[in-house]
Amino acid sequence: MKLILKINGASRAIEAHPAKRLLDVLREECGLTGTKEGCGEGECGACTVLLDGRPVMSCLVPACQAQEATITTIEGLAARDGALHPMQAAFAHEGGAQCGICTPGMILAAVAWTRDLATADSVGEALAGNLCRCTGYTKIFAAVAAARGQGDGGGA
Amino acid sequence: MRSRLEDFDVACPTNLSAALALLASGAARPGGVTPLAGATDLYVPFNAGHVAPTTFVSLHAVAEFKAPARWDGDIYTMGPLTTYADCRRDPRVARDLPLLVAAARELGALQIQNRGTWAGNVANASPAADGVPVLLAYDATLELTSPRGRRTLALADYFTGYKTSVRAGDELITAIAVPMPRPAAGAPPVRAFFRKVGTRRLQAISKVVAAGVLERDAAGIVTRARFALGSVAPVTVRARAVEAALTGRPLDARAAEAAASAVATDMAPIDDMRSTRDYRARIAAGLARAFAAADMA
Repeated sequence: MKLILKINGASRAIEAHPAKRLLDVLREECGLTGTKEGCGEGECGACTVLLDGRPVMSCLVPACQAQEATITTIEGLAARDGALHPMQAAFAHEGGAQCGICTPGMILAAVAWTRDLATADSVGEALAGNLCRCTGYTKIFAAVAAARGQGDGGGA
Repeated sequence: MRSRLEDFDVACPTNLSAALALLASGAARPGGVTPLAGATDLYVPFNAGHVAPTTFVSLHAVAEFKAPARWDGDIYTMGPLTTYADCRRDPRVARDLPLLVAAARELGALQIQNRGTWAGNVANASPAADGVPVLLAYDATLELTSPRGRRTLALADYFTGYKTSVRAGDELITAIAVPMPRPAAGAPPVRAFFRKVGTRRLQAISKVVAAGVLERDAAGIVTRARFALGSVAPVTVRARAVEAALTGRPLDARAAEAAASAVATDMAPIDDMRSTRDYRARIAAGLARAFAAADMA
């Protein structure tokens, strides 16, 4: 089917099977390989993207259900001149990344939460769907807190 | 191994009558038809290659289903696409149906709550459906619609066995109606209880999940108790023995022990990948006791 997606601010027309995972549409049809596949079953959050502003597991989104949606991937956060988004800068500064596989999903989930703090009571809840197999949570939480202009992330 | 996409057809009807016509065509299609709402449950086995080829009928574009959940007096009615996140965002749900919010916030993580639907949780009829016990505790009713017409039934009468239900192949769950409990004049507040026991609080399917609503009269005598359990039987269940043990008496230590003993007849737990029969039996007894003893933690 023909899909019209608005990805990172640009409208794209894509031909894809309607049952194809949004994750695969982004990586294979759009060349946006910043979105990672971890478990492929909605447990790990590595494939998190923002669908109409809200974090979702892109491995569990059929392409047809993203028709005409607005999608933000990790490639869409930095400014056009390459300046990092404040959340990206905070992750880099605080060392909130080790192997890096979880990082795009972590950053997108964190960005969504800081835009709408009512969605979760703590950074721990906001990032509960994002697993870091390097277990670098302390620095990840510190990065989110820094991006929010706070000293302490507060776990949960 | 991933499912082969070419083995699957997908239809995206844009109105209810087209969706129902597609469902009715299922009998004539190899592999039948499979309604697809938020996909958070169905796409897990699909991605693993464990879904037999079928025609998915995606419900996301159906115009009638885009209406938000609504309140009519004391009844909250959700549509087929109402998500857990939708419930969490409704301040009246938080006040008047707090168990829905309590279950929604511990179901998966935000990424799942933004996509997963209550109707899908009911439709899949898993015994471990973490959204269902709270609906059972509130005595929710379902509206099922097919080209043959509409019918409503109590959610408690919906499940027939492990992942089976009374829903016919051409029927869709088009509404879930949840009435808010009202305390009698002069009575204590309605007790609302929810407890999910799993390996972690979020993003884990329960070993045991319990939800309850308890109403008393002005003298503190229990007039109505509703208690539901998940992951302890082939279906999510109303714990009728616990309810009977608590009704018509004050909530004292003996009532709590009666509830804890009664729960054994309400369940048939098994050993599986998430827990054991014995652990589930002990925890369910503890949850029945806690329901009698205290408000939601």
